[in-house]
Amino acid sequence: MEFAYTRSTGPVVGAFLTGLRDRKVLGAKDSTGRTVVPPPEYDASSAAPIEASTLVEVGQEGTVTSWSWNPVPRLGNPFDVPFAWALVRLDGADTSLLHALDAPRDTITTGMRVKVRWAAETVGFINDIACFEPVAS
Amino acid sequence: MRDVAIVSFAQHASRREESRNEIEILLPVVREALAPTGLTSQDMGFTISGSSDYLAGQAFAFVQALDAVGPWPPISESHVEMDGAFALYEAWVRLQHGDIDTALVYCFGKSSPGDVARVLSLQLEPYVLGPLWPDAVSLAALQARALLDAGQVTEKDLARVVARSRRNALGNPYAQLRGEYDEASLLEEPLYADPLRMHDCPPVSDGAAVMVLAAGDRARELSEHPVWIRGIDHRIDIQAPGSRDLTTSPSTRLAGQKAGVTKDIDIAELHAPFSHQELILTDALGLDETTTTINPSGGALASNPVMVAGLVRIGEAAMRLQAGEGHRAVAHATSGPLLQQNLVCVLEGQS
Repeated sequence: MEFAYTRSTGPVVGAFLTGLRDRKVLGAKDSTGRTVVPPPEYDASSAAPIEASTLVEVGQEGTVTSWSWNPVPRLGNPFDVPFAWALVRLDGADTSLLHALDAPRDTITTGMRVKVRWAAETVGFINDIACFEPVAS
Repeated sequence: MRDVAIVSFAQHASRREESRNEIEILLPVVREALAPTGLTSQDMGFTISGSSDYLAGQAFAFVQALDAVGPWPPISESHVEMDGAFALYEAWVRLQHGDIDTALVYCFGKSSPGDVARVLSLQLEPYVLGPLWPDAVSLAALQARALLDAGQVTEKDLARVVARSRRNALGNPYAQLRGEYDEASLLEEPLYADPLRMHDCPPVSDGAAVMVLAAGDRARELSEHPVWIRGIDHRIDIQAPGSRDLTTSPSTRLAGQKAGVTKDIDIAELHAPFSHQELILTDALGLDETTTTINPSGGALASNPVMVAGLVRIGEAAMRLQAGEGHRAVAHATSGPLLQQNLVCVLEGQS
C-alpha cells in the first residue's frame, strides 16, 4: 500500500528541478559565499531563506570527490546492475551532488573528471540527470 | 536542573527474530527492566517509545506496541520516530518539569523482515536524493572513501575497529557477532561496497531495550547504584551528504562540549554502525583510546537493532558504571544518514 502524496517542491528546489528540465544545473550562493548544488531552501549557516532569484548556473562537468560501489542494485536505483555512486563537485560549485556514475569499477578514481548524461526526455525531476559519465580524455 | 538517573535497564539479545513480533519481543524486556524497581508501568509518571513505522511497514505501528506496557487505565505517553536514545532525551526534559519523578523509556525494531539498507533510504531528503534510492551501505561507503582519501585513516584502522568490536562482544551475551579475528586476515576479505568490506557493515538485528529513569531522591530510593545523567545534548548537521565534510562530525563535537565531555572518561559507548564512523566519533569527542575503553560491548558493529542500538549504548555504559567498571562514561547515539544527528550524554556512577 502507498500513500499518494502530492508535494510542492518550493521556490528553490522547484527552480532547481525546472532547471534540470531545461538541461541546466543551478546552485545557490549561501551566506558564506559557497555555491551550493543542489541548492537548499534555507541557508545552512544563517537559516535565512535562499532567494530563488540568486540562483546561478554551474557547469555540467565536474570532479569526483568520493565514490562507492553498489554491489546490490535496488528498485528505484538509476541502474539495475551493480554500479558506482559518486559525489561530484560540478565546475563552479563548492559542494557535491550525489548520483550514479556509469563507468567500469576499475577505472573510477577520486578526482576523475565526469559530466552529466541527460535523460532522453527531461521532465523536471532528479532523474533528468540519467547519471554521470567519464569525460573522454 | 533536576538530577536524573538511570535506575534500571534491560535489553533483548539481538538476532534475526523469525517468529516473534515486536510486542512479543518487548514484553519480557519491559518486565525485566521494571523488576528491580518494584514498580509497574502504571506507576510511571511518563512513558515514551522510540521506533519506526517504516520498519514495521505499517502506519502507527508504535500504537500497537503500547500493549507491551499496558496503556489501560490511560497513561501519560509519547513517541518519537527515532532511536530510543532520543526518546530518553524527551523523558529527561519531561522530568525537568518537576511534577513527576519516574519515566519509562522503551524502543524496539525488527529490521530483518525487509531490506533495511533500502528502507533507510526513506529518511533521505525526498526531492533530489531520495528518488535515487541510495541505500545506507552505499552511502556509508562514500563516507569511508572520503575518510580514506583524506589520509586520516587507513584500511588497517578499519580492520582494527572491527577486530576489537568482535573481541569485546565475546563478553556481551546480547551481541550478535563475536569472535577473535586478526586484522591481517580481515583485510584479506574481498571488498563488498568498495571501499567497505562486509565486516565493516553492521549485522541485521531485531531487538528491544527498556530503561527506567528517576529524578533526585526517588532515584536513590529505587536503586542502590543509580547512574546519573550529568549532561545530555543533541545536535544536527546539514542534511545533504554532499554539502558537508563527511570526514568530520561537527554536531558530535558540539554535543560533546555541551554535554560536558572531558578527558577523564573511563568508558565510551559510541553508536557507529560502520567501522569508519567510530573513528570519526572518537576524534569528534576528543577521546583517547589509551585512557578510555571504547565500545566494551562491541558496539553497533556487533549488533545493530535499528531504533534500539542508540539507547543500548547509553544502557551499556550505565550498567558498566553500575558494576563499578568506571566512574564516568560517555554514551552517543546517532540518527539520520551518515551521522547527521548526534546525541551525547555524560554519565556518572556513585562516587
